[in-house]
Amino acid sequence: MRKDYNLEKRKFVIGAFIIIIVLIYIFRLFDLQVMDSKYKDYADSNAFLKKSIYPSRGIIYDRKGRLVVYNQPAYDVMMIPRDVHDFDTIDFCRTLNITRQQLLKRLTDMKDRRLNPGYSSYSPQTLITHLSPEDYGRLQEKLYRYPGFFIQKRILRQYNYHCAANVLGNIREVSAKDIERDPYYMSGDYTGDLGVERSYERFLRGEKGAEVLIRDARGQIQGRYEDGRYDKNAVAGKNLKLSIDIELQQYAESLMVNKKGAVVALEPATGEILCMVSAPNYDPSLLVGRERGKNYAMLVKDPDRPLFDRALQGAYPPGSTFKPSQGLILLQENIITTGTAYPCSRGFISGGLRVGCHGHGSPIPLKPALQTSCNAYFCWGFKAMVDRKSKYGSSADAFEVWKKHLVSLGYGYKLGVDLPGESRGFIPNAKFYNKVYGEGRWSANTIISVSIGQGEILATPLQIANLGASIANRGWFITPHVVKEIEDTVLPSELIQRRHPTIDARYFSDIAEGMRMAVTGGTCKLANLPDIEVAGKTGTAQNPHGRDHSAFLGFAPYHDPKIVVAVYVENAGFGATFGVPIGSLVIEKYLKGHISDSRKHIEHRMLTSNTIMYSGTKKH
Amino acid sequence: MEQRNTNSVFRHLDWFTVILYLLLVTAGAVSIYAASYDFDHASIFDFAEFSGKQIRWIGLALVAALVLLLIDSRVYETYAYPIYIVTLLVLFVTIFIAPDIKGSHSWLVLGPMSLQPAEFAKVATALALAKLFSGYNFSLTASRANFGRALAIIFIPVILILAQKETGSALAYMALFFVLYREGMSGLVLLAALCAVVFFVLAVKFTETMIIGIPAGQFTVFVLIMLIMVCMVAVYCRQPVMARNILLWFVGSGLLIYILTIFGVTVPGLAYFLTALIVACLYCLLMSLRGGGTRKIFVTTGSVAIAVVFLFSINYTFDNVLQYHQQQRILVALGIKDDPRGAGYNVNQSKIAIGSGGLSGKGFLNGTQTKLKYVPEQHTDFIYCTIGEEEGFIGSTAVLILFLTLILRVLHIAERQPSIFGRVYAYCVASYFIFHLAINIGMVIGLCPVIGIPLPFFSYGGSSLWGFTFLLFILLRIDAARREHLSY
Repeated sequence: MRKDYNLEKRKFVIGAFIIIIVLIYIFRLFDLQVMDSKYKDYADSNAFLKKSIYPSRGIIYDRKGRLVVYNQPAYDVMMIPRDVHDFDTIDFCRTLNITRQQLLKRLTDMKDRRLNPGYSSYSPQTLITHLSPEDYGRLQEKLYRYPGFFIQKRILRQYNYHCAANVLGNIREVSAKDIERDPYYMSGDYTGDLGVERSYERFLRGEKGAEVLIRDARGQIQGRYEDGRYDKNAVAGKNLKLSIDIELQQYAESLMVNKKGAVVALEPATGEILCMVSAPNYDPSLLVGRERGKNYAMLVKDPDRPLFDRALQGAYPPGSTFKPSQGLILLQENIITTGTAYPCSRGFISGGLRVGCHGHGSPIPLKPALQTSCNAYFCWGFKAMVDRKSKYGSSADAFEVWKKHLVSLGYGYKLGVDLPGESRGFIPNAKFYNKVYGEGRWSANTIISVSIGQGEILATPLQIANLGASIANRGWFITPHVVKEIEDTVLPSELIQRRHPTIDARYFSDIAEGMRMAVTGGTCKLANLPDIEVAGKTGTAQNPHGRDHSAFLGFAPYHDPKIVVAVYVENAGFGATFGVPIGSLVIEKYLKGHISDSRKHIEHRMLTSNTIMYSGTKKH
Repeated sequence: MEQRNTNSVFRHLDWFTVILYLLLVTAGAVSIYAASYDFDHASIFDFAEFSGKQIRWIGLALVAALVLLLIDSRVYETYAYPIYIVTLLVLFVTIFIAPDIKGSHSWLVLGPMSLQPAEFAKVATALALAKLFSGYNFSLTASRANFGRALAIIFIPVILILAQKETGSALAYMALFFVLYREGMSGLVLLAALCAVVFFVLAVKFTETMIIGIPAGQFTVFVLIMLIMVCMVAVYCRQPVMARNILLWFVGSGLLIYILTIFGVTVPGLAYFLTALIVACLYCLLMSLRGGGTRKIFVTTGSVAIAVVFLFSINYTFDNVLQYHQQQRILVALGIKDDPRGAGYNVNQSKIAIGSGGLSGKGFLNGTQTKLKYVPEQHTDFIYCTIGEEEGFIGSTAVLILFLTLILRVLHIAERQPSIFGRVYAYCVASYFIFHLAINIGMVIGLCPVIGIPLPFFSYGGSSLWGFTFLLFILLRIDAARREHLSY
């Protein structure tokens, strides 16, 4: 018996070989099974077919309970790519009334992860959206011939009024970003875009339900998972009641036809927005259904930018509508009393500087200054405040105090309206001017135009209207909002609580009186309705885009204000020519329900006049 | 006499191995039940189902095992060659009479059942090889003829099985090189095989990134060949000075190329330059020994030359020798190609099944991948993923450990055999298990290309179960007789 010990040692080599292999495999198993959790998800997406049950989206009513937006069923053709095998494309296309090219293009687009990042051959993909009821019926009958395809019931929005698109918004298919931000969404879902559809999406959409089905390797459904224990019923979306008066909205929109600008009407006691017009506007039903993409692209390309909500996104020089705020600040800071008079020699002349004004008595105190919209008065007042180093130390410090008051009145920051995309306007601070002119190298005269709402000052029509609400309420306002009630839900407290500017309530009455005088015997005479006491302030804002912008801020009735209106018409000239008539018509329409015969001619003029041709975006 | 013999078999039987066998076979039957379980719950013993059929196979296998234990151990040695020859005849006949099942002609249909002779040929080949080695004064290294005989015993069945288009089963015989190694074949052969695999993987996998103008994989293989050459010269040929000089040449040239690259000079045909460098060094190596050349120098020179030729032939082999589906399986296993719906479907689904099992599994009969039939061939070649999914990391590791224990036990048994016949036979058994375990589980967890071979005792099918049962119980019978042997 030969025994070679050298060779016997080789058992260790062979043993070590298999031990190492087994160890490698154990590590690999550990990696696959314990470290890496993605396989669990893969297995689940293999085995479980989660079928969404879509809830109906919340309905939208106006403040008087009129139905504004509702749902109509629509049908989408869905497919699970891995379950679809060769099918009769000719018959399929004929049934759906599409060409083979369209079908093939849709199929390629669907699989293109750049266009459809949520693509997975395991999960339902939308092939064709919004079938007509006839196509739906035809396909439903033949569906058994097309394994892997199914029909998903969806909703389309329908609009009873062809207005308020900027407030209502619309719905669209979710984008890759939406899915990334909120895992609630799946490819093919709908979400609100713009307006309340966007800002109240969480309430309107309700909650998707789900049915968990078990699917085998051949795509056959083997039953409900755990007998439906994990199924979830859909929860219907909540209905909204808007604060908008849809008929007032419609009326105001008609007044703004062929004009650019905005009209905002508020109920001062509640902050509820009664109408919010952005002109030019568009019909919300353009953004519904299969034509949505095409129409949306058209609206995006329109040089008049109808998708831009001028009422809350447009930042304009407020012009003289800014003067009431100046009066408030000067009174609060004890720079003036209601008796303080400043001279006006057809303007403000100081240190080689001249800000023009028009003919009226001189010197005049605050209220007549508001009545006549005297530029010089507010320039002198501003100069008196900003250059009063004895009180504030420096112009910069005085300016900061000035700015703080404006911010408390709602300027310079977003008001917090319950709509997306609000602009904050612009109120410069001392730092801004230090940068422009150098520290200590500017004074009131340098920046005098801000005192009359020109220069760097920018405000949205909504902010302008909000100043009116503070004055109408004599000292407070509530964040403007467009939703009055959410079904079964209380409004967030920010939309209910009063906000108090840093100015004593008593000063607001003085300003209100000045504004009342402007209507009875000043710049806003056209708003002097026989049976309603209106208070108001015109604005004529110079701007780099051409003709002056025409603005108006008013409220009524004077003693118990029910409505505040801000009107801003781009490049329409004096405040009195467009701002005042449109504002007064809106007030009259809202408070009386109709326009008195004596004023029909004004209404007619507003409905028919065209100022869009003077607007800056069109070359002329 | 008869009575005593029987008693002594059971007294000396290696019960540890028997218990391992029973554990594995039981776990296998249960796994097959789980793998074929679906929504129409059938009994595990239902003979219409895979599990029922397998239990019947197991019953028959146990009877066969008992019979094998009762046969005199000398019968196996005595009739090793006749058994081998008969088996070869059966393999040969099978090529022509077997029906075409998925392209392979390896199944003999005998009435109600089909058998795969290739599985039984493993036993015959092992016996024949053991018989060869146990010949009087046989030494593998003594003559080329002996080595040739051993190779012939291994390769005749391999060729016949390849002719049946059962590449996987044929590959399993390559494991017998472990036996040759144990019996004296130079370790360099195994090392060369290991190098071949490593070189192949490197050259095929890393073709995208470039190092100084040639693919990173190829570059790495060149560096490895140079290192091996230096090591062989230094350690194997015991020529440290020569090795140092070669190393300096390589490092020097490498630096030169590197510096040139820094200055933006690309070396065209770097692969040929490196080849030339190696050839030059080999030439010097041969020249240095003018007069007293040793065999080791020639072995070294030959090995390095073959390595270089092999490297250059990899791409050609891959593209022209391998079949399309083989190329795809290799690409999938190397992670170069991700084709979860095509070539990679099986492995992908298998990985999902295993990976979704987690630490402790989804529970017996609760595997969704399994129950919903996402893994094709799950009750046969891919049976292991059932365990992975339903019993988790714990269960699948336990099965690996059981197999490892069995293999180490067989190696232990091998080394305690007093006869060369017993030892060689035992090594054959261990080698088959090593190969099947490594390849089958490797492919199921996505580390090896898909090669269709069963997991012993687990995969559904009578032939494989019987083949491995025969292998193991003949070994146990020989082992039980080891003391009798001494008494002669």
